[in-house]
Amino acid sequence: MAAPPSTVTKTISGTDPSQSVAIEFQDVAIAFEDKPVLSGISFQLSKGETKAIFGIAGSGKSTILKLALGLLKPDSGHIYVLGEDVTQMPEEQLFELRRKIGMVFQESALFDSMTVRDNVAFRMLEEGDVSEEEVDRPVREALSFVELENTVDKFPSELSGGMRRRVAIARAIITHPEIILYDSPTGGLDPVTSTTIIELIVKQRDVYRTSSLMVTHRLQDAFVMASHYFDRKTNRMQPLPPGTKSEVSMGFLILRDGKIIFDGDAHELARTKDEYIREYIS
Amino acid sequence: MELISPTELAKEKVLAVQEYSVLAGRAVGALFRRPRYIADIVYQADLIGFGSLPIVVLTGFFIGGALALNSASTLERFGSLSLIGQLVSVGMVRELGPVLTGLMVAGRNASGMASELGSMVVTEQIDAMRALGTDPLKKLIAPRVVSTVVMLFFLTILCDLLGLFGGSLVSTLLFGLDWHQYWSSAWQILVFQDVFMGLVKPVFSGFIIATVGCYYGITARGGTQGVGRATTQAMVASSVLIIIVDFFLTRLLMTMFGYR
Repeated sequence: MAAPPSTVTKTISGTDPSQSVAIEFQDVAIAFEDKPVLSGISFQLSKGETKAIFGIAGSGKSTILKLALGLLKPDSGHIYVLGEDVTQMPEEQLFELRRKIGMVFQESALFDSMTVRDNVAFRMLEEGDVSEEEVDRPVREALSFVELENTVDKFPSELSGGMRRRVAIARAIITHPEIILYDSPTGGLDPVTSTTIIELIVKQRDVYRTSSLMVTHRLQDAFVMASHYFDRKTNRMQPLPPGTKSEVSMGFLILRDGKIIFDGDAHELARTKDEYIREYIS
Repeated sequence: MELISPTELAKEKVLAVQEYSVLAGRAVGALFRRPRYIADIVYQADLIGFGSLPIVVLTGFFIGGALALNSASTLERFGSLSLIGQLVSVGMVRELGPVLTGLMVAGRNASGMASELGSMVVTEQIDAMRALGTDPLKKLIAPRVVSTVVMLFFLTILCDLLGLFGGSLVSTLLFGLDWHQYWSSAWQILVFQDVFMGLVKPVFSGFIIATVGCYYGITARGGTQGVGRATTQAMVASSVLIIIVDFFLTRLLMTMFGYR
């Protein structure tokens, strides 16, 4: 296992860094065809925390998620995921690490030749040691979580965009990963469906306390997440009572020209004096 | 249209060859590492082998017939019409059977693999597979390589037999040659070296079809247009490679077996 990053040791004294930090980027840079996309990217995602990443189209938001998963290798810098340096890991070892991470892709990326059941069960079946029958219960549980139990035998092409996104969430959470990465989960969806997706993300956050990074261009989604909690009694997302803070930490990260220009919580974001950010959030 | 300098173009081509070699090497390596996707291998074998049967059957039969027709006019001049069986037999088993089966299967399957994998790339399904902890090389490419190599071997045997059958029909029905004479001369002329040469070639062709098809698919960029381009390139590249490799393989095997 790679040595824990030194900055983590400094910031979280007395604890094993790999125990409390889910993801850490250290001075990461990447360029595509000599065009810099990200440079000097450094941030941390604590365990149990949810961080929303904003930025205009092409600012490198999705690239951050792909770097965290090891799908892309940075040109420089280090990325620690669950204490392991993914920039130094060979692909074979990355497959092991990725089994602890769930990812919801921008366009769902469901396997179109497989049914919803096979899509959701994919990871379990690939990990082996389970029979076809044994995956039925967790598949139904995951689909029940996203309220799509009746789609089990359908193909992705038979589902609406919102339903596909929900199946992608079910596929990401079925093995209860330690980290979930959401790539524009509400992109291209109508407001009602977007709210349903955000409610599911809040539910996942508050019920399972999974660390998550969420890329979005919709600021209102992140503000809804910061100002609401999931009420298990009503099985619905509810606004936080005035003056109270969510039990789960919610952070905001804003990218501009490949650099992080803001890293803080909702209150800090509301108080910022940076003109670009004020214009962005207005 | 943007013009590319010859140096850049050369670099691109060398890089493509390097990437293809790495992919082909890793695909072979993946065959010896777990997990092994037996169900995917069987599925692909059905798709590639059984699916290619009609074109291979028709190609073999009519090429054998055409070979007999062409040989007959020359042999008749020398009064050696009875040698048609030998000509068709050697021609089909050593050269035409393996090469034409390879080309037919390349046309159907290299393009199919490129379009299927290319579509998976542009819709992020390959990334999703990697994100879910599965190696696309083992799950998608290795089964296609195994299935194509194995099925092309048997399809070539079938193509050879149907070519001989097509030749026999032409010889007996159009030129009045005795059926038994045709088959016995076709059978007797064949030696181990001929059969060996004919059966080594599909192994190489199968490997070329699968790896080239998968390479163009997995490297497809630029949406649906890119997938279309990858499909065409896969078919062209695999067909040309099959013919080039066939030439060098023929030369090598002929030298090995002491043919002149």
